[in-house]
Amino acid sequence: MAVCIAVIAKENYPLYIRSTPMENELKFHYMVHTSLDVVDEKISAMGKALVDQRELYLGLLYPTEDYKVYGYVTNSKVKFVMVVDSSNTALRDNEIRSMFRKLHNSYTDVMCNPFYNPGDRIQSRVFDNMVTSMMIQVC
Amino acid sequence: MADEALFLLLHNEMVAGVYKSAEQGEVENGRCITKLENMGFRVGQGLIERFTKDTARFKDELDIMKFICKDFWTTVFKKQIDNLRTNHQGIYVLQDNKFRLLTQMSAGKQYLEHASKANFR
Repeated sequence: MAVCIAVIAKENYPLYIRSTPMENELKFHYMVHTSLDVVDEKISAMGKALVDQRELYLGLLYPTEDYKVYGYVTNSKVKFVMVVDSSNTALRDNEIRSMFRKLHNSYTDVMCNPFYNPGDRIQSRVFDNMVTSMMIQVC
Repeated sequence: MADEALFLLLHNEMVAGVYKSAEQGEVENGRCITKLENMGFRVGQGLIERFTKDTARFKDELDIMKFICKDFWTTVFKKQIDNLRTNHQGIYVLQDNKFRLLTQMSAGKQYLEHASKANFR
């Protein structure tokens, strides 16, 4: 049950960003933007090896008081960023991983679409539906 | 495998088709090669997304080159790259002694110029 999902291209511009309509969207855009720095830090081979160097899933990027931000990077350096509500403590790491897996699968399908030019905004309906199914249902 | 022959025929026809459409249109000859190159690049992008989905993250450039030469080439052309050379300054030369898309062409002079066009795909 994510609150905001973003797909960021290799050159750090967003290919797809969507948040629950109730909230102030700008706040989420800003959060995703700041989390990109953390992603870059994790990707670069820092000596600490806090993250398993061979994994695509980056884990919790940084927690704020209301939200937690998770990251995932593909081998083509496309980043997925997900913001979830902190109050939703039932979400476990495995669930986040499986959500990123689904995101990655859908993104691969979008890439293989011959009518999609890499670098454009993602406008696929199937991708939209998949993201909707992962977002929180707020009445 | 029957599908390999099908792809070879499609590939050859694509090269011929692009050149034929260039003759009828107003474009200069150089654009054909660019068109074919771009087509190949786009197809490659989609393939790479699919293949790298499950592999581990690449640590450095050497990892990426190894992946291309071994895994990627094996999956697409069913063999590995025969020779990889580098000048350690960002240039890599991949050598394949038996390029799958060209083996079916006979070695007469007539076909050699067309072989170079097919090469770019």
